[in-house]
Amino acid sequence: MRFQLRRIVNRVMNGLAAASAFLVVLPLLLILAFLVYQGASSVNLDFFTHLPKPVGEPGGGMANAIVGTLTLIGLAALVGLPLGILGGVYLVESRDPRLPWAVRFLADVLNGVPSIVVGIFAYTLVVLPMRRFSAVAGGVALACIMLPIVLRTTEEMVRLVPNSLREAALALGIPEWKVVLRVVLPTARAGILTGVMVSIARIAGETAPLLFTAFGNRFWHQRLDQPIAALPLQIFAYAIAPYDDWHRQAWAGAVVLIALIFLTSLAARLATRGRVRGAR
Amino acid sequence: MADGMFVRRLRAWFGSMEVLHGIDLAIAAQQVTAIIGPSGCGKSTFIRCLNRMHEVVAGARTEGQVLLNGADLYAGDVDPVDVRRRVGMVFQRPNPFPTMSVFDNVAAGLRMNGISRNGALADKVEASLLQAALWDEVKDQLDKSGASLSGGQQQRLCIARALAVNPEVLLMDEPCSALDPIATAKIEELILELKRRLTVVIVTHNMQQAARVSDVTGFFLMGELIECDQTSRLFTNPTDQRTEDYITGRFG
Repeated sequence: MRFQLRRIVNRVMNGLAAASAFLVVLPLLLILAFLVYQGASSVNLDFFTHLPKPVGEPGGGMANAIVGTLTLIGLAALVGLPLGILGGVYLVESRDPRLPWAVRFLADVLNGVPSIVVGIFAYTLVVLPMRRFSAVAGGVALACIMLPIVLRTTEEMVRLVPNSLREAALALGIPEWKVVLRVVLPTARAGILTGVMVSIARIAGETAPLLFTAFGNRFWHQRLDQPIAALPLQIFAYAIAPYDDWHRQAWAGAVVLIALIFLTSLAARLATRGRVRGAR
Repeated sequence: MADGMFVRRLRAWFGSMEVLHGIDLAIAAQQVTAIIGPSGCGKSTFIRCLNRMHEVVAGARTEGQVLLNGADLYAGDVDPVDVRRRVGMVFQRPNPFPTMSVFDNVAAGLRMNGISRNGALADKVEASLLQAALWDEVKDQLDKSGASLSGGQQQRLCIARALAVNPEVLLMDEPCSALDPIATAKIEELILELKRRLTVVIVTHNMQQAARVSDVTGFFLMGELIECDQTSRLFTNPTDQRTEDYITGRFG
């Protein structure tokens, strides 16, 4: 009797847990389905190869925005990755009791700063002195968002490297900096790579910090100190415009952006697989 | 030239807790010295002081002298990195570098010290694996991950890795405690072979093991060296009551 009851309860709870798990991914599935339904038909070769057409002319694409987004990610990574990774290593390997604590705390605060505020910060820091909107300013804003993510995931991953490996290397008479470079970082590589991919996926879709830094551009940018187009900006501009054709393009832009983020996340997954702490 | 190690009034702390209270001990060259004693008596800390690994832990410090061939390893101008090249160490749990192959594990110390070029490197790796009695088992799988070997093989890989940088002294911190009896026997055989070339200090919980492999045994209790003597004498005719109590199993 008790056994029967337990079996029923077990089945019900199992069902509830499975349903919850499904409900968690349901919004994502709905978003993807809706995006594809609305935007897939507008994604064509022109979209990837052409500039936006002037108002009133149908067709055109977002080639400049796609290249712009990739450029902005590259600029942000140029600043964010070295600082974030080196800083993360410092947080674990430093024997200073106070500074790492403070850095960790401030990084978490920075991670929580609304992205529009980050945009204002970059505007004040870069746009005002340069007296113009620019790709560089956008890159700085995105780097500020990327930095705490890379820092904290690198820290977590470096912390996971068993201390016995550090000791083994030190006991061989290997200087500490080489221990970090040749033993600790390679062991933590897969995890760090995941953090990098996650941070790239995150900044690829950021819109607010770019509004008054990168600003957007309907043409190809010539230099990095000029305004540059970005997919999220272009989507925003087209979505609030009163033209049906632009709306369709905005949907297509959203599909391309999601695909970009999806592929980055997938690459992160594949990079981590099969490299779990060297055990094969 | 090789007149072994002399430890003089060695004290060690973790933070404010003193774990070694002034140890004096002579470690003869080309002999095996075993350190026995109950858990927490400071055995591991003691041998970690011999290659300056103790100070790697945050808040840990030492006082006193450790002389190797007459020179103090704790003198102000001595680089701990050089000390660790001369005094190698094998740990309780086998810890090969998981991202490196068998070959690269053994070559790691040489490569990262910038000592060797390719041809010489391969020779040195082979010689070290031969010395560690592992060559025959791994010579066809030098490219495989070090982590893919069995526990006993991994420990011998770690010994080969330590031997590759030509240390004068090899410290072993309970090297067999994670291994089965067969792997243990192989390592013990190896220790007897190694003492022809270098000085060995081994910490062990296993008194039979101390009796089998060592020439001299030191008994530690609560951070002090209670007694140190020829192994045969210490185990048959200890002078201190506490040593006798420990080796006859009355405590610890």
